[in-house]
Amino acid sequence: MKLRDLLLETNSALTANKARSGLTILGIVIGIASVIAMVSIGAGTQSTIESNIEGLGSNLLTVLPGVQQAGRAFVSAGRGSAQTLTNDDAEALRSVSGVAAVSPEVSRRYQISATTGNNTNSNVMGAVPAYAAVHNVAVAMGTFITEQSQRSLGRVAVLGPTVSEDLFGEGVDPLGKTIRINRINFKVIGMLQTKGGSGFSNPDDMVFVPLSSMQKLLAGSDYVSSIAMTSEQKDLMASVQAEASALLTMRHRVATPDFSIISQADILGTLSQVMTAFTVFLASIAGISLVVGGIGIMNMMLTAVTERTREIGLRMALGAKRREVAAQFLAESIALTFIGGAVGIGLGWVIARLVSRLGSIATRVSPESVALAFGVAAAIGIVFGYYPARRAAKLNPIEALRHE
Amino acid sequence: MMECRDIVKTYVTGEIETQVLKRVSFTIRDGEFVAIMGPSGSGKSTLMHILGCLDVPTQGSYLLDGRDVAQLNDDELADIRNRKIGFVFQSFNLLPRASVLRNVMLPLVYAGNDPGTRSGLAESALRASAFPEQFWRHKPNQLSGGMMQRVAIARALVNNPSLVLADEPTGNLDSVTGEAVLATFQRLHSEQGRTIVLITHEPYVAEHAGRIIHIRDGQIADDHEVRQRRLVRNAGI
Repeated sequence: MKLRDLLLETNSALTANKARSGLTILGIVIGIASVIAMVSIGAGTQSTIESNIEGLGSNLLTVLPGVQQAGRAFVSAGRGSAQTLTNDDAEALRSVSGVAAVSPEVSRRYQISATTGNNTNSNVMGAVPAYAAVHNVAVAMGTFITEQSQRSLGRVAVLGPTVSEDLFGEGVDPLGKTIRINRINFKVIGMLQTKGGSGFSNPDDMVFVPLSSMQKLLAGSDYVSSIAMTSEQKDLMASVQAEASALLTMRHRVATPDFSIISQADILGTLSQVMTAFTVFLASIAGISLVVGGIGIMNMMLTAVTERTREIGLRMALGAKRREVAAQFLAESIALTFIGGAVGIGLGWVIARLVSRLGSIATRVSPESVALAFGVAAAIGIVFGYYPARRAAKLNPIEALRHE
Repeated sequence: MMECRDIVKTYVTGEIETQVLKRVSFTIRDGEFVAIMGPSGSGKSTLMHILGCLDVPTQGSYLLDGRDVAQLNDDELADIRNRKIGFVFQSFNLLPRASVLRNVMLPLVYAGNDPGTRSGLAESALRASAFPEQFWRHKPNQLSGGMMQRVAIARALVNNPSLVLADEPTGNLDSVTGEAVLATFQRLHSEQGRTIVLITHEPYVAEHAGRIIHIRDGQIADDHEVRQRRLVRNAGI
């Protein structure tokens, strides 16, 4: 029996009962479409989060006070709960080879009010000029914290766009206006460009003041909440991290570090892990419907074998070998899953696009997920078609011919 | 040439053994037209299954063109059915989804002929069984019983088999169309020299053959030439 004949037989068998074939295919379509949609939503969310984290600054290392707990990727002890990092530490870190910029930071939440009477509770960040380069922030108007205002304990502030909007209203130029942080007046000298939330720190919803002013006027202590630094090249990150760790351990005169250094890669790695687990979870739920679709195929094929018992007997009498009978039924189930798979991939793609458009969740249909779905569909066709096909092939031709 | 030597067929149902054929021996030469006759339960169906290579004997040997069929496996039996035997069934057994032409081509599909050869062979087989050309593309359910049986005969002939095996071919037909089908068999026998084995329980039908083998209780009761053979005059309408 030639392949062309096999396809012809398959076509005539499947079109003989279009409604039944259609419903069986629908089961596979739903399964494949949900796998594609779920995986693409997972992958899209993952890439959004990854790009947000990369947006925090490239080649970023963050030194935090307190010790990282075993088995956890993040420091859970609140920032500033241990005050071990100082401006001098930051100064010393500049000498580490491969470091591009160092940004000591102090951040606290304060009530901020404007002369308009509006007020907001927001994060106030004591920053040095290097902050802008380290964290990839740019001003939309005015200037960022300057070296001069840092030295002179300047009462100046740079607003994130969200804060500016909250205090002065949308589209109002805040430059030159005065805000009050903790009852101290600050003059607005700049506003940042919108950057978008990243889930960890949203620079849109922050107020920046010079680090010196923050420490002396607002916080009243010389410690810093964290030190962010960048390395010159990505492959220097590991050596910078090791050298910085050794330097700080020596400066603090401690045997084991009383601080932790988190690289962006660590955060990214952990989040990727979480997101991958999430995607796998979604895909396995969708996979269940795929299995149900496969059972639908098996059900239909078993019915077909029973209905066509006489035909099987006739084919055997006319010289069909057992494996040719098996191939015929296997071809039918594989054809069902292939059609279902192709339509399902299309439908899944449409669902992913709709979710992107309506739900504002980024989605991405990757070639791998399409290949995976198709592979799974083919496997289902073979696995669930195998038993009915074998049953057809094992029929006794005499009994099959007599079957009513 | 078909040779049956001491064929025994025993069926085992649970713990009960039933001997359906008890040492049956006979020979059918090429070009003979033989009717195998007997009441139901006589073992004639079992004998037909063995002659048609759908089943193998428990004991004894069945030689088809000098080859012992009892020793063959499933695939080899399928091959013999495909190349050497043409079946005609009481209930026609045509594929309802396929056209007349496609039905006739079915054995060639399993023989692995290429499509060009197939349609040529199918067309000449349809002509040989006097099936009118205007119905070649029809589906079987659009045909009368006699027409369907002629499609089945064409299908049985398409592989140029050495044996045409007909199991009650007129059983589902009225007497006029039955007569026409018998006429077709007689013509295939006399004009093309085909070996034809006809299984029937009707003496009237059996008398169209050249020789009758009577089976009773699994044994050959009688085996004789037909002296006054019935010939159908208007050979097939």
